[in-house]
Amino acid sequence: MSLRTPLSNAKGLGSAKEGAHHWWAQRLTSIALVPLTILLALCIASFENYSYESVVTWIQSPWVAVGLSLLVVTMFYHVQLGIQVIIEDYVGGWLKVASLIALNFACIALVFIGLFSIIKVSL
Amino acid sequence: MGTPQRPLSPHLGIYRWQLTMALSILHRASGVFLSIGAVLLVAVLMSVAMGASQFERIQSWLAHPVGLILLLGWSFALYLHLANGVRHLVWDAGLGLEKNTANKSGFWVIAFAILATAATWAIAWS
Repeated sequence: MSLRTPLSNAKGLGSAKEGAHHWWAQRLTSIALVPLTILLALCIASFENYSYESVVTWIQSPWVAVGLSLLVVTMFYHVQLGIQVIIEDYVGGWLKVASLIALNFACIALVFIGLFSIIKVSL
Repeated sequence: MGTPQRPLSPHLGIYRWQLTMALSILHRASGVFLSIGAVLLVAVLMSVAMGASQFERIQSWLAHPVGLILLLGWSFALYLHLANGVRHLVWDAGLGLEKNTANKSGFWVIAFAILATAATWAIAWS
């Protein structure tokens, strides 16, 4: 006995084929974040002093600017995926929908603020 | 018509706390805490873009004892979440799922987090 609807059988497409996308994206971003976050922690720890000028000079290095940009994008993608699962576990009804929308808006906004700041300091 | 009184499966409360379950919920908690840290990172980047006075204001908050304790917490949460995340990736590959192996890897996750946090702060203070 098939549990498929007649329409689904007629189309023959099966599932939407996106079932593993969230899971896979979470793993991919986590692998990328291993070197990126360790480098960030070590870079911050190795500052001679934390004066404004030294931080600006640091961000202006192309390697740092690109690394920070990769970090900001990957990190908030990972945050979005992770917090989404937590919201889906503990929040229900319209509040769940509202929180998920707010989460997506916040993560995208923070990525843009981060990237704009890096570019503004670098140029 | 009321809900029939069906038997319930045993819930969290009746289990003795163990390393594996503690690390499981700590992974979630550290993830939430690190998400807040990610917002702080963007706030610092934005303050640098806004100018020296904005940057120095955030810096003075973080140099406060409470700020330093939070930074210590964020570094520890990072290394804990990172090591436990790698543990999850190994599990995803189908390895290390036996009870004793999972307990051992859990111990090493905590050991790594403590050592890496100490090493990072040793670099920062030297």
